[in-house]
Amino acid sequence: MKFIDEYRDPVAAQRWLAAIHGLVTRPWTLMEVCGGQTHAILKYGIDELLPREVTLLHGPGCPVCVTPLEKIDRALALASRPNVIFCSFGDMLRVPGTDRDLLAVKAAGGDVRIVYSPLDALKVALENPDKQVVFFAVGFETTAPGNAMAVYQARRAGLENFSVLVSHVLVPPALEAILGSPSCRVQGFLAAGHVCAVMGYTEYLPIAARYKVPIVVTGFEPLDLLQGIYLSVKQLEEGRAEVENQYSRVVTKQGNRQAQSIVTEVFGIVDRAWRGIGVIPGSGLGLRDAYAGFDAERRFDLSEVGPRPEPAECIAGLVLQGLKKPHECDAFGRRCTPEHPLGATMVSSEGACAAYYRHRRVAAGQEGAR
Amino acid sequence: MCLAVPGKIVSMSGDDPWARTAKVSFGGAIKDVSLAFLPDVNVDDYVIVHAGFALSQIDEKEALLIFEDLSKLAAGLDGDGESPA
Ligand code: SF4
Repeated sequence: MKFIDEYRDPVAAQRWLAAIHGLVTRPWTLMEVCGGQTHAILKYGIDELLPREVTLLHGPGCPVCVTPLEKIDRALALASRPNVIFCSFGDMLRVPGTDRDLLAVKAAGGDVRIVYSPLDALKVALENPDKQVVFFAVGFETTAPGNAMAVYQARRAGLENFSVLVSHVLVPPALEAILGSPSCRVQGFLAAGHVCAVMGYTEYLPIAARYKVPIVVTGFEPLDLLQGIYLSVKQLEEGRAEVENQYSRVVTKQGNRQAQSIVTEVFGIVDRAWRGIGVIPGSGLGLRDAYAGFDAERRFDLSEVGPRPEPAECIAGLVLQGLKKPHECDAFGRRCTPEHPLGATMVSSEGACAAYYRHRRVAAGQEGAR
Repeated sequence: MCLAVPGKIVSMSGDDPWARTAKVSFGGAIKDVSLAFLPDVNVDDYVIVHAGFALSQIDEKEALLIFEDLSKLAAGLDGDGESPA
């Protein structure tokens, strides 16, 4: 397919790799922000082809992985109600809550439906006026405009049986939280291309300047990732810390204004808890007062669901911050597998634990994966 | 989840800018896509689609840069007489 196949060309990939090898003189640690990038890096074995000096850490950019346990439990409680149709993107269905997942609720008779677009959930609401339809609005900046649009249209149409369970997160505050940690090892970021397709990249300029880290907006195909790594390493070797745009075929500096305006109309910035990490100030989106009537957490009494502790042995929070690699978790590949996940990073194909398990198959406790 | 894929607009419908849609071909598979966030695209344009919404038009000139950069780089490396890798 055009705009996919040419960016997977093995000959060009070898040439980019050679360029990176020719550039490196010292060890450097980069973090790719987005889980989609992690998935591609592991799938194509890019981390193993890089010079030994270049270490890739896997960032927190997987909305499935960072949705807090309490929010999952709320989703489960809502989906279990007899008058509720619960609509969700498919990748949320197997995320473990405290004692089950959405698939289990569905198997027990709950009306849980997988939708491809938030607009599909709106359609379900229109077709089922006697039911309450709740859409699980999760995601990063990439997904926020579509989810905002669904709420905006529901309000315009006066839909009274549609609401959203919101767990939206934002990338820049998470990068600052990672960079602000005393144990931070990250020296440069590959920023998430599709987040920037919506938001542009002006938000990253002060971060690059303050923390003196190169930030390269990067796409998702092998050549994109290799060029992103090349540009980051080049900056580091030359002592620069700038924002560069590798993914210029899709991303502009200002991003998509229409998409930004609907997000601003419907959502405001709130503090948000990240699974395994904790609350990061100003790191999420919540419905504005004008749209509060569409907030499932206000419409339904969910007082039965309180704060929940994470399973003690899951170190997903450390994995998401680049402080540990998945195979450094005792449960990895033993008590925790994609079939029986303990943590969300083992569920989503974009989660670092699942990506390691599927593509690397590092045996439990075995060293060697960089 | 931020997966977004390139596709080609094969037809468009609707006048209300919030409700304009397109049929987009992803290597032959056709899907309905909202154009609410891309008011200026046309048939035959390539767009990046995420969760039913077109988020960005692909800039065909910029799309070639990565290969041009690579050629320049190769020329530079050869010029230095260095063997890569
Ligand atoms: S392997 Fe499983 S238990 Fe360990 S950090 Fe990953 S998700 Fe958590």
